[in-house]
Amino acid sequence: MGETRPLYKTSEWNFDTMRRTYDAIAEVAERDLGLDTYPNQIEIISTEQMLDAYSSIGMPLMYQHWSFGKHFARDEVLYRKGFAGLAYEIVINSNPCISYNMEDNTMTMQALVMAHAAFGHNHFFKNNRLFREWTDADGILDYLQFAKGFISNCEERHGVKAVELVLDAAHALMDQGVFRYPRPGKLSLKEEETRQRERIEEAAREYSDLYAHTIPGGGQRFTHTPEYRDEMKVRMEHVKLPEENLLYYIEKQSPWLQPWQREIVRIVRKVAQYFYPQKQTKVMNEGCATFVHYHIMNALYDKKLLTDGAMLEFMGIHSNVLMQPDFDDRQFSGINPYALGYAMMTDIKRICVEPDPEGEDHEWFPDIAGCGDWKGVLKDAWENYRDESFILQYLSPRLIRDMHLFGIKDEEGVPHYEVSAIHDEQGYRKIRQVLAQRYDIGYIEPNIQVTKNDVWTIELTHHAMNKVRLAEKPMDATVEHFQTLWKPDSHVTLTSIDENCDELAMSEIKPFGEGDVQENVR
Amino acid sequence: MSMTIVDRRLNPKGKSLRNKQRFVHRAREALHESIRRDNGSDKKSDGNKDTIFVPQGKKMVRPKSSKKTAEPRFFHASGTGSVERIYPGNKEFGVGDYIPKPNGGRAGTRGKKASDSGDGEDDFQFILTREDFLDIFFEDLALPDLVKTGLKQIVKHKVERAGLSSSGTAVNLNLLRTMRNSYARRIALHRPRSEEVEELLARVFLIERKTDQTAKERRELSELLERIEHLRGRQRLIPYIDPTDLRYNNFERKPVPNIQAVMFCLMDVSGSMAQYEKELAKSFFMILHLFLERYYKKIDVVFVCHTHEGWEVEEEEFFYGRKTGGTIASTGLKEVHKIIKERFPADSWNIYVAQASDGDNSSGDSDTCIKLLNESILPLCQYYAYVEILDVREMEAFENEENGAELWCAYRGLRADWPNFAMKRIASHSHISPVFRELFQKEEAYG
Repeated sequence: MGETRPLYKTSEWNFDTMRRTYDAIAEVAERDLGLDTYPNQIEIISTEQMLDAYSSIGMPLMYQHWSFGKHFARDEVLYRKGFAGLAYEIVINSNPCISYNMEDNTMTMQALVMAHAAFGHNHFFKNNRLFREWTDADGILDYLQFAKGFISNCEERHGVKAVELVLDAAHALMDQGVFRYPRPGKLSLKEEETRQRERIEEAAREYSDLYAHTIPGGGQRFTHTPEYRDEMKVRMEHVKLPEENLLYYIEKQSPWLQPWQREIVRIVRKVAQYFYPQKQTKVMNEGCATFVHYHIMNALYDKKLLTDGAMLEFMGIHSNVLMQPDFDDRQFSGINPYALGYAMMTDIKRICVEPDPEGEDHEWFPDIAGCGDWKGVLKDAWENYRDESFILQYLSPRLIRDMHLFGIKDEEGVPHYEVSAIHDEQGYRKIRQVLAQRYDIGYIEPNIQVTKNDVWTIELTHHAMNKVRLAEKPMDATVEHFQTLWKPDSHVTLTSIDENCDELAMSEIKPFGEGDVQENVR
Repeated sequence: MSMTIVDRRLNPKGKSLRNKQRFVHRAREALHESIRRDNGSDKKSDGNKDTIFVPQGKKMVRPKSSKKTAEPRFFHASGTGSVERIYPGNKEFGVGDYIPKPNGGRAGTRGKKASDSGDGEDDFQFILTREDFLDIFFEDLALPDLVKTGLKQIVKHKVERAGLSSSGTAVNLNLLRTMRNSYARRIALHRPRSEEVEELLARVFLIERKTDQTAKERRELSELLERIEHLRGRQRLIPYIDPTDLRYNNFERKPVPNIQAVMFCLMDVSGSMAQYEKELAKSFFMILHLFLERYYKKIDVVFVCHTHEGWEVEEEEFFYGRKTGGTIASTGLKEVHKIIKERFPADSWNIYVAQASDGDNSSGDSDTCIKLLNESILPLCQYYAYVEILDVREMEAFENEENGAELWCAYRGLRADWPNFAMKRIASHSHISPVFRELFQKEEAYG
């Protein structure tokens, strides 16, 4: 054995060093950590292209819509004015797993990014139950290609305005356009195309027998004929209610939409569903990727494949990524998913390898404390949990103490917050439970269902938890969008009810800002 | 594990451009308002060179939120109901401690994310290109009366390509076309190729070199020579390039209207004009300049200052120089007239004059001004804008257009006789943009 030489010595990268480093990383990832990944496709892009990718929700291809332009315009300013840096990388849940690396990155950053995205995220995408069950990595790019083509065809045929009308409305309902429980069928381009053809044919048939003789002149206006009313009544009676997936409901039941409009609603719904697992696994996904890159970079250093300088640079970037400002810090903007995920996973490793001698870990985690097989435990967690259940299961008292977590109770109408739990014996479980809940999509996003329908009236019900109401202005606008898709001359009402089914009184509430926009997996 | 690296850097950039254009298009209405508002009210008077109200490169715009660009969703209103949250970094709190809410617990106004505008979303800035910006800013404005006087033109000639011709000078020879013609002709007339002749010649040499030629070879030799002679004869008859093959690039001289304009910025810099008033005047001139720039490829700007005498200055001095003295407005006008006569003959230049003044003038001089304008300047001008800069208090006092300072009163009479004369008053930055718009409103240009 000759002396080991570092993989690279300068911060400049080239394709050769990239490849060599990738191989070294892959060796650690597969042999040591035993990660199971999709084949990787690493794409080198420029900063402009990174900005482009940002605004089409991180996907390499996306249909055209002005809202993406709006996000682009905003990101562009933030970036140009130096308020925000760009992510070092974007990774796409697809097979092969595509990750974007920026050309401006130093070689150490490229190595970090490869370990982080091409192995960490990649392993998570391929193995996590949510992704396996809800998304189809093989089909997504084909599907988006289809969607893009379909929508641009529609724009040519029906005009950009008509298409935007549908897209605007469908986007507004995106959060309520996912199935939360049953498992949807996987996307397959072939099936989509066949189904679409069938739908258009069927619609043509339907149009000829129902629409044609009820509507003189055709088009989208209905005469309120008794035949039509009866027909729709029968149809409505067969709809199973309540329905929580508003887009699905519209796609299937709207008496007004034309086939191409239904197809667009479906596309938006499919995209929403594709991102649904990502929303629920931010902490885990980032934690997994960060843990993996940290482990791999250290392993490379131990093998003397990284220079001291590279290692120092890496540590700098790593700790920036993990920065978690305190609640009273000016930079505080919520809990950093990278920091929390990484801390929890490192903590799991500690519990497995060197549990607390006083027995606290044994008491809290009898199954894993001191078992030694931290790789197995982590892989099991990556596979089977989402943020909410992961925190509920694995947030340890030790970490709660380290992070000085505390709970705040914020009750409407009370002039002060109340500290409800701190890092002590009485508080651990409470903190764990409350924090887990904050990552439960079902809890964060309004639960709105169609509860009653008729051709001309639709009742939507918002199931409010703890009397948390909807922000009113955007709510009205969103309901309007629902109406647009359902049937412009219909009557749509939205009622908020609490756990006891009592109606919540509305009050003048200023909106909360844009809330949680979908974020790229960094 | 298989891995591919793809270099995408050469892929097209600006994938988002179309989306951004769609967004800008949607936001146009909201932009209109904010651009005009911003430019009306922004304080640009820090005496810096960059205070030009439209930056040379790009412009940050903060669009007002509008329904057209909102992306509403259902979301929970902050501060409603009863919520528990977890925060990191506890230092001193114990269970049961109270922390007062910043606003006494009224719902909805608290929290980092609550935006000041109240409409939440859309409270962000984005970059417009200079072109986009000016398009919007100058939309529905036009130069007054362009049709009537027409764009004064001197005819210049521009050389343009005009196909091919069969005659011309050697420099314009179109080799490609010529060779193509020649080739076609050679094929059509069966001109022997040189290779063919050379082949035969080679054979001739081969035979001639032999010392012991057979009878057969000698016969062949004479046949060959005959054949070669024949071919060469044909080659001479059918030239490689014939004069009929020649094609020349043809150029034609086309008359082009030469649209050029000159703008005179005439400003009173006497003691009565304070820094603030000068700033207002400059802002106005800047807008005018930008506006004219969009219509004319070539625009000359002449800066003229006057106190009790008028003189031409450089841009730098015009905007930043300081001078004191009395006020004799006619000196400035005289200077303008002199320059027009010397350098900008009215039949080949579109002439614009913008005069800014606080309205002071030494008594008796106003009549001279009127005379100058009536007789010498206004007949030559495309447009003459007089802007009077007032104190805010004065503005109130002079609500009625009939009252005013010396110059204002004098100039008032001109309006009836000269449709290309306009006068307005401004007292603050917020007036500039509306006044400018009024001066250049498309329909009402001349009432």
